[in-house]
Amino acid sequence: MESVIRNRAELEHVQSARLVNMVNRVYQSVPFYRQALDASGVRPESITGIADLTKLPFTTKADLRDNYPFGLFAVDMKQVVRIHASSGTTGRPTVVGYTKDDIEIWAELAARALTYAGVGSDDVIQVAYGYGLFTGGLGMHYGAERIGASVIPISGGNTAKQVQLMQDFGSTVLACTPSYALYIAETLEQMGIDPAVLKLRVGIFGAEPWTEEMRRQIEARLHLKAIDIYGLSEIMGPGVACECTCQDGLHLYEDHFICEIIDPETGEQLPDGEPGELVITTVTKQALPLVRYRTGDITKLTAEPCSCGLIFRRMSKVMGRTDDMLIIRGVNVFPSQIEAVLLSIEGIEPNYQLVVDRKGALDDAELWVEVPSTIALDEVRRLESLSKRIDQAIQSTLGLHLRIKLVEPQTIPRGAGKAQRVVDKRSLYTTSKEG
Amino acid sequence: MSVRQVSVFLENKAGRLAEVSKLLGAAGINIRALSVADTSDYGILRLIVNDPAKAVETLVQHGFSASETEVIAVEVPDKPGGLGFVLEVLEAKGINVEYMYAFVAKASEDALVIFRVSEPAEAKQILHAAGINVIPAEKLYTL
Repeated sequence: MESVIRNRAELEHVQSARLVNMVNRVYQSVPFYRQALDASGVRPESITGIADLTKLPFTTKADLRDNYPFGLFAVDMKQVVRIHASSGTTGRPTVVGYTKDDIEIWAELAARALTYAGVGSDDVIQVAYGYGLFTGGLGMHYGAERIGASVIPISGGNTAKQVQLMQDFGSTVLACTPSYALYIAETLEQMGIDPAVLKLRVGIFGAEPWTEEMRRQIEARLHLKAIDIYGLSEIMGPGVACECTCQDGLHLYEDHFICEIIDPETGEQLPDGEPGELVITTVTKQALPLVRYRTGDITKLTAEPCSCGLIFRRMSKVMGRTDDMLIIRGVNVFPSQIEAVLLSIEGIEPNYQLVVDRKGALDDAELWVEVPSTIALDEVRRLESLSKRIDQAIQSTLGLHLRIKLVEPQTIPRGAGKAQRVVDKRSLYTTSKEG
Repeated sequence: MSVRQVSVFLENKAGRLAEVSKLLGAAGINIRALSVADTSDYGILRLIVNDPAKAVETLVQHGFSASETEVIAVEVPDKPGGLGFVLEVLEAKGINVEYMYAFVAKASEDALVIFRVSEPAEAKQILHAAGINVIPAEKLYTL
């Protein structure tokens, strides 16, 4: 069992000791890190605590791919007891390994996530995450067994059977992706099964970004409390962070993962409250320790105390990916932020397109918003006040003024069901900026 | 039955007004009166038609933003000061006129004007009390 950390000071003490140990370990046993540290002129002994974290270089997904499959492993294969891998949709898969102790810690953290989500030994957990190379299924499985719950390792798919077991075995917890949860809800409706007759009470949903609106829908349609869990195989798998029953941000398990938010452009560390890219240093992992791994996930952190009692900082729901980010007049903008702003404005649906152009030396950004087809608007001033409300909400969220253009419904092109959210005409003339 | 105006959001681009007329024509809907309020980017087309519900349904189905708004149709004496009198009556009772436009057809010797007011039900009573004729929807749609 792990020792109890009572406050932030104790946490930082533990983090510092673990970081020093980890940096020395990777310097000794991973040639990639030895070279990376040498190249940045960092001696391992100059890292004496978490205050020195920013001296260390970043690790990226590309580094994992370049060292495919086991190049970044810090232990002998004899000590590796498990291998997982990403699907590798864009090239080689990302391969991760675990020692016996890594699996042990993973089970402990997944168990912690479940416990603070209100799941216990009386629960029957239907694990509908995929089992296999994907970390979701086995990660939840070990955590659920650790807390003594009854685990149904059904894996993903075969929805009719999912529903049948839910009825027959009285599953109280459903663990799967939020989109699959919605699919199960639809299936229940089609089969004419009232979710109220099921025993479901908690959902542990993750492995993909989802919105508060999706949460409301899932909760209403499956009659359960929907908890957001975060994880990525490079770091561990599910259980890197998870919401407690307060459902107000995901506690990052900072005793094992040192977390930072950085400006994805400059790499500068950002203070709590500011959105940026989540960067994680795994301080207890043995097989695949990663130094300042850039997750590509955009979120923000808060250190505000939480009523659940956990002292770990909370991250907001993932707002987007760095891959989707664009920079307008020096401000980082994510399509998901715009979507969230539009969702918050009554009477507007998030059907939009951001058109960015360059006029002279200045970026010119226009936000096209479709006027919903049945909104009651018979006066120009109502439309003007609608534009103004959108403009003000965007300004207060992004700190950026976008010209709002109201357009007729169905004007924004939708290719294969998915709308094109950003049209960046600037790339036509500039070659200096990548991607 | 109160008079329902159909309001349609139109972007300022060629052919949108023609498209609306064409769609309504094909659905057998007759346009009785219209007015347009516009800015540089978009406009609002306001229509009085013989079947407002069907008009909205048709337009929404074809990707327009359209809705119904309650208005009143008032007979205004067709002589100098006629409109002024009606406006005074409304103003005296604190009824705010958002906008108005003339109706082409006539029910009598008087001119017909469509008013969008803050309190349509109250406005109707006030006008009636002042001896001003308000045309009901059934009659207006068939003029």
